[in-house]
Amino acid sequence: MSASKEKYTEAQYLEATEYEPKTGTGKIANYVDTRVGGTSIVREFGRKVFPDHWTFMFGEVALYSFIITVVSGAFLTFWFDPSMSTTRYSGSYAPLQGLEMSMAYATSLELSFDVRGGLFMRQLHHWGALMFVLAMSVHMIRVFFTGAFRKPRELNWVVGATLLVLGLAAGFTGYSLPDEVLSGNGLRIIDGMLKAIPVVGTYISFFLFGGEFPGNEVIPRLYALHIFVIPALILILIAVHLFLVVMHKHTQYPGPGRTQRNVVGYPVGPVYAAKAGGFFFIVLGVLSLLAGTFQINALWNYGPYDPSPVQAGTQPDWYIGWFDGVLRIMPGFIGNIPLEFVLPTPWGGNSIATPVLVPMIPITLLLLGVFVWPWLENWITGDKREHHLLDRPRNAPTRTAFGVAMVVWYLVMWGAASSDLMATHFALSLNDVIYWLRAAFFLGPIIAYLLTKRICLALQRKDREIALHGHEAGVIEVSADGEFHEQHKLPNEHELWTLVSYEAPAPSGPRPNAKGKITAVEKVRARLNRIWFEDRVEPVSREEYLEVLGHHGESPAGLEAAQSREAITSGASSDNR
Amino acid sequence: MKALSQKRRHPFAFVALLLLGLLLTGGLYAAATTVNQAQASNTPDGFSSEQVDEGERLFVANCASCHGMNAEGSDAGPSLVGVGAASVEFQVGTGRMPMQMSGPQAQQKPPQFNEEQTSQLAAYVASLGAGPGIPDDEWLDIDQGDPARGGELFRINCAMCHNAAGAGGALTEGKYAPSLHGVDAVHIYTAMTTGPQNMPVFNDSNIPPEDKRDIIAFLKTYEQQGSPGGFSLGFLGPVSEGLLIWTLGLALLIGSMVWLTSRSS
Repeated sequence: MSASKEKYTEAQYLEATEYEPKTGTGKIANYVDTRVGGTSIVREFGRKVFPDHWTFMFGEVALYSFIITVVSGAFLTFWFDPSMSTTRYSGSYAPLQGLEMSMAYATSLELSFDVRGGLFMRQLHHWGALMFVLAMSVHMIRVFFTGAFRKPRELNWVVGATLLVLGLAAGFTGYSLPDEVLSGNGLRIIDGMLKAIPVVGTYISFFLFGGEFPGNEVIPRLYALHIFVIPALILILIAVHLFLVVMHKHTQYPGPGRTQRNVVGYPVGPVYAAKAGGFFFIVLGVLSLLAGTFQINALWNYGPYDPSPVQAGTQPDWYIGWFDGVLRIMPGFIGNIPLEFVLPTPWGGNSIATPVLVPMIPITLLLLGVFVWPWLENWITGDKREHHLLDRPRNAPTRTAFGVAMVVWYLVMWGAASSDLMATHFALSLNDVIYWLRAAFFLGPIIAYLLTKRICLALQRKDREIALHGHEAGVIEVSADGEFHEQHKLPNEHELWTLVSYEAPAPSGPRPNAKGKITAVEKVRARLNRIWFEDRVEPVSREEYLEVLGHHGESPAGLEAAQSREAITSGASSDNR
Repeated sequence: MKALSQKRRHPFAFVALLLLGLLLTGGLYAAATTVNQAQASNTPDGFSSEQVDEGERLFVANCASCHGMNAEGSDAGPSLVGVGAASVEFQVGTGRMPMQMSGPQAQQKPPQFNEEQTSQLAAYVASLGAGPGIPDDEWLDIDQGDPARGGELFRINCAMCHNAAGAGGALTEGKYAPSLHGVDAVHIYTAMTTGPQNMPVFNDSNIPPEDKRDIIAFLKTYEQQGSPGGFSLGFLGPVSEGLLIWTLGLALLIGSMVWLTSRSS
């Protein structure tokens, strides 16, 4: 739409105003359209082209799970009473009858046993929440490993990362609401983490809980956060996220005809709109299947909250697992030396709870790392260009290796939250599980980095090999003079494009600044840049390709095909420039 | 009689009386023990001497290599003097004893002895010294128990090792608290009174028999109710839920994503 000129001619305006629909549906549609102006929306958005790949749909899953969670959550609010005032349970669950409990727990039980469809909705809400965070995580992993966060999408990456953190917050506040022993234990850990903050920790904890833990304020407060503040923030950020996606246009995988300037795919209307609408119902179906067949958070097991017992198998939901796990693998003592100590202060000393504070370091580093990564990578590589074509993970070996290392680091912390179940279910000693996890915490990421980088480089070499010599056809030929030789099938144009259209620049070395000096920071950058780019497999160049084709002594028809391939390879390399 | 009444202040009267008293009690005790021995040699309540004798034979053949010929214990196994019939009922009745192999703790397996042999062994072990006995049927009758109270007691005393749903949990060095699903009432009771493996003893002053019955009633009620929300995923809580969403949940969705994008229009 150009703003400078008149959008439509006089005749077009007249045609639009004088248009008389003939059918009943047409009349209704025209009535609405002349008042709402849907045509321009449909015209603009309905023609928006999106590329097609299954890995692009995780964000959609996150959105749909969020909607399902909001709707099922609204149902739950009709019965749930977020009050910590006590009552005597008289509902239909026999093993808890007559026990004193909070209204929050009693109404959660009522929802589970006395409200028609209540248990299903509770389970749908919970499975939906697990799926919401899962889909966001997988979506983020996809974006990271394909380099979709690069310019111009850095800010949208930050919006996404914020959404993930908000998802964790939404999940945790919800997990804490039913006020049974399990959620109380979770809150107790949060309370412990808050209190571990030197000097001000106790004040923060008292502020949150309205006095000493558990108090009788925290559930209503978490409820306000859970049903109002956090979902509102999530909704706003989803809107921003989607707006930016539409504005930037979607990224696409490299392929024939796909460039930095176009999007190859299908328009939203009508096919994608229908598909996306249908996919919502698939997600709803999968979550309903889970909610209807698999029990989740059987809160009647845990009993009304009591600060004294901690039950075996007390774990947070999966996305908070890494907080729990990293606390589990942190030792409280080294030998006989306690890691907790008292810092002498004029007012009598403050306890420094190192065993709780130190585990917060990897968590903070990982979360902070997610937020700053686009700029960090950009700074190291010195790449200031826009990127709308995605990287195949193997074609960015250092990023992929580093990403896998961080995923492994996360997985070790996450897995540590189930250390007790690993011990019982694999007949291991709990102590050994913890020792191995401690080793894996430090060694796992390093091993993962080295292995992944080698695997990426090996895959790149394999791609080179296929581009130049083709696939092994599995057919052995014997020539007239008795020479054996295997037939190779050259890749077709589509495959060749994918195999050769990437770039692997050499390390760039330190660059002097405006005054012509190389600063210390620049030296660090150059060093990181060398680590980043020093191991590389160059993509097949046009000359190499033609030489190999000549060497194979292709027939005239083959040469013709080679020329068209040549066009593709040169096209691909120019796209990256 | 007069002579007797006159001599009652005699200096030796006290001694004579003491002698008489001692003789009488001693004689009575001797008579009583002889009578008792006539029934069985040191037979514990509820068992017969034949059971003790038969139990001793079974013991020598199956248990003595570790626990010693007179159950006095050895490097390989503890002394069984004073562990009571309840210990035998639990350890042998659940198949933990005789132990298949040494390890962090005795594993449950199909019992090696039938009920008759188990009570014979119990009789022998009980005859070695006083210890917790087999509970009366009254304390195992779950209809008389209060499951709600039992649930509360269970969560306070048991759930930290056995899990809130009785699914079991890990202990240190390869030891673990087993699942309580499908365990006989008598074995739950005797486990509490004897504290097998790493379990603490919950004696009658700690948890009275009525409370033990409540706990059993809770566990049995819980077992009968099943899992109201669908498949229980092992009653393990968030870990198995997380595993399911990352496996089945993700697989179903990826499957539908691949299907949706396999035909572009």
